[in-house]
Amino acid sequence: MTSTLVDAPAVVVRDVTKTFGTRDVLSDLNLTVGRGEFVALLGASGSGKTTLLRILLGLEGISQGDVFVPEVRTTVFQEPRLVVSMKVWRNVIIGQPRQLSTRERAVTALREVGLEGHADAWPGTLSGGEAQRVALARALVREPQLLLLDEPFAALDALTRLKMQALVADLCARHKPGVLLVTHDVEEAVLLADRVFVLKEGRISLNVAVDLPRPRRVGGQEFDALRDRLLGELGVTSV
Amino acid sequence: MTDVTDRVVGEAPGGLVHPRNGPSDNVPHGLVRPVVEQSRQRSRRASLALRTLLPAAAVSLWWGLTGSGVIRGDVLASPTSTWNEFVFLLMHQDLLGDIGVSAARAGIGLLIGGGLGLLLGLIVGLFALGEEVFDSSLQMLRTLPYPAFIFLFIVWFGIGETAKVLLIALACLTPMYLNVSNGVRNVDRRVVEAARTFGLRGWRLVRQVVFPLALPSILNGLRFAAGISVVALVFAETIAASQGIGYLVTQASSFNNTPELVCCIIIYALLGIGADVLVRILERVTMPWRRHLAVR
Repeated sequence: MTSTLVDAPAVVVRDVTKTFGTRDVLSDLNLTVGRGEFVALLGASGSGKTTLLRILLGLEGISQGDVFVPEVRTTVFQEPRLVVSMKVWRNVIIGQPRQLSTRERAVTALREVGLEGHADAWPGTLSGGEAQRVALARALVREPQLLLLDEPFAALDALTRLKMQALVADLCARHKPGVLLVTHDVEEAVLLADRVFVLKEGRISLNVAVDLPRPRRVGGQEFDALRDRLLGELGVTSV
Repeated sequence: MTDVTDRVVGEAPGGLVHPRNGPSDNVPHGLVRPVVEQSRQRSRRASLALRTLLPAAAVSLWWGLTGSGVIRGDVLASPTSTWNEFVFLLMHQDLLGDIGVSAARAGIGLLIGGGLGLLLGLIVGLFALGEEVFDSSLQMLRTLPYPAFIFLFIVWFGIGETAKVLLIALACLTPMYLNVSNGVRNVDRRVVEAARTFGLRGWRLVRQVVFPLALPSILNGLRFAAGISVVALVFAETIAASQGIGYLVTQASSFNNTPELVCCIIIYALLGIGADVLVRILERVTMPWRRHLAVR
């Protein structure tokens, strides 16, 4: 398992401070994600995790410090954010250069998420889980060096969530992008990530490697111990 | 907002990234700084300057062409002679009275037509029955050229105020109706459904939920209607009037008085802008929850 690949990183965040008004959302934050490394970023609401993600996406500027990301980086948001006026396959290759905008590429990506039969459907006809899988195909078709996941399972029902988590684990193991998963679900983080960061008051307060063998299942002594430690760091003690 | 422009040098082909990556910068291999796309916040003064840019350019072009003699005074009056005419009309011809009469006609017509359009729009948007009864007729009415009705109205009501106000009302009805019915139909059904489960019904549901949620469309309709009311005003007054701006226009055209014509056109333009500004203010006052929601 890759734990740190500092010589070939996918994300480097150096002493970053982000201020909104008078409030420091991120203060002197340092963080590195290696190539092909799956990192989960845990934090309570308002801890600055979404802000960090938006900075990496280029949707938000920084007040101080330095941020580095690969050229090709994509994202899956909490909601699918598909363009309702485009067929599913066109959504997948949206914004790609013309010579890469083939139906074939879109369908190949859709096959990976098990939706090749829905290529000609309208987004409005998909279920929440299906739409989110299209969003995942849209992110992967670009062959990203960095995949940013902003609580992509949060809006799904529990059963769909389990399937989606397995799908994401599988696809990331195959494509090996660097992954930064923002979540507040501790079990999800332990289940999927090579390493877990806990973000607290704008800084990384904990950085643990997850050395559990894959494929992982929820439960087991080691799993529970790590989960409780992370929950403790997040201020939840009585579980 | 943070200023990060010092990082942005340009866009690399194939991506939004590629800032200044000098060798001395200590950039990790193969990585770049994310380029932030931000809408720049302009100061109020800069924004105002941009808004007045085109009108100012038009006025100076007007001034230049008429002042230098490229366009003769009897074809298009110069700004100076227009201003002199304006002062003359103000002092000796009760211009303010005429403006008042015209504004009142437009306002009353807008009130009647807009009010009716609002009512019909609500009925059609809320009830399938309403749509079946009214929609096709109103869509037909929409395609009729309203100026044609002025002659009919004069036959019916004479050349008094009624014909003019009715024409303006007719012109205002359809834009209001279209926007309101569309806005009401597009109100988020889930919110309405939720409100219903909490016991909100009938008129209270309309007043507390449907109406506020459709307000953006309703005010958009009002804005269209207000603009159209001035256009209809011009028609109505030019055909038959003994007072008002249209009366001045008729008078001026029979004497080839171009300064007065230009003056009247400018007053019409100002009436139009005035109506628009009023609706904008109304938007700000009546929809406090939308103040910072513009997508740019």
